Amino acid sequence: MIKNIDACRVIEENRGDALVVTTMGSGNPRFGWPTVTHNEGLDVPVGGAMGKASSFALGLALSQPDRKVIILDGDGSLVMNLGTFTTISDKAPPNLYHFVFENGVYAVTGGQPIPGEGKLSFKDMALGAGYAGAYDFDNLEDLVSSLGSIFREKGPVLVNLRIMPEIENIPMHLRERAHRTTKVASQEMRRILGV
Amino acid sequence: MEQANPEAVLHPQAIIEELKKNKFTHVVWLPDSETNFMYQQLMEEPSLDLVPVSREGETMAIAAGLWVGGKRPVALIQNTGIFESGDSIRGLGLDVDQPLVMLVGYRGWDRHGISRDSAGKFIEHVLHAWGIDYYLVETDDDASRISLAVEEAERTAKPVAVLMGTEYGA
Repeated sequence: MIKNIDACRVIEENRGDALVVTTMGSGNPRFGWPTVTHNEGLDVPVGGAMGKASSFALGLALSQPDRKVIILDGDGSLVMNLGTFTTISDKAPPNLYHFVFENGVYAVTGGQPIPGEGKLSFKDMALGAGYAGAYDFDNLEDLVSSLGSIFREKGPVLVNLRIMPEIENIPMHLRERAHRTTKVASQEMRRILGV
Repeated sequence: MEQANPEAVLHPQAIIEELKKNKFTHVVWLPDSETNFMYQQLMEEPSLDLVPVSREGETMAIAAGLWVGGKRPVALIQNTGIFESGDSIRGLGLDVDQPLVMLVGYRGWDRHGISRDSAGKFIEHVLHAWGIDYYLVETDDDASRISLAVEEAERTAKPVAVLMGTEYGA
């Protein structure tokens, strides 16, 4: 299994000037993307519409076809919105790379298993829906050696990562909060993109 | 080919002209029972890119992504889809101050009688609850209210709805 922060670090090292959408665990301010990013202005955390980070990323990919768009999705988020596979596949943005941080649980709410845990395959779902490619990694070494060539592929590409669960059982009001909201990040990205 | 509704007083071209006038770039939508004629003409309009969704909740999130990336999307869904989209409207459209215009098929609307369709009974109450202003379009002459909705959305930086109260004709 891969640690959340190690996955984020490897992706960050390969991101270039890609736009990155995070949600839930991938966007955790203690062990997620905010701790490794070197280009915060091109990142948007999407937490306010549960399950919809991949849909937001699709819109971003369609609007910025000359940039890569990377979505760091959660498995719990994705099962809330499985139709995203067919919606994304229909428009087939070649610049979209859909990572899934699959830890099998709702880590944010205390570690309850997600429906279908242990039975489902996001890789098969993506290919079945018509994605251009799909991968499944359960160790960091294979991810490190493959990521460069994956980002040279034409998307949409799904990259499923078997992530070690890091469960939060602290009351919500005591948790460290992300310092950028979706609203602030959206406005900042619009300014940087010059739109 | 389906027959045009002989009683229709709202034609897709009137809507499309408004979309073009307001420089929309994308129509994010899920078809409903009233919009087939709209679809055919939308497909033929080169200035508009259609983004079909699998379920309406995706509409608002895709529109938010398009907007952040610099495009001008409009959502086109039925009122039942607004109910399904609730959390997305709240967590994205409203919370990020997106000037989103939503064209909403007003299923259950009947100016001349009593509708027992709960979709028609609830939609205005739901929009009121969210503080979302809305306009009603029933004829070609009403279509210019879409421009009013655009102006209001941009001025307030909030979503605005346009309730489409009539079936489209060819």
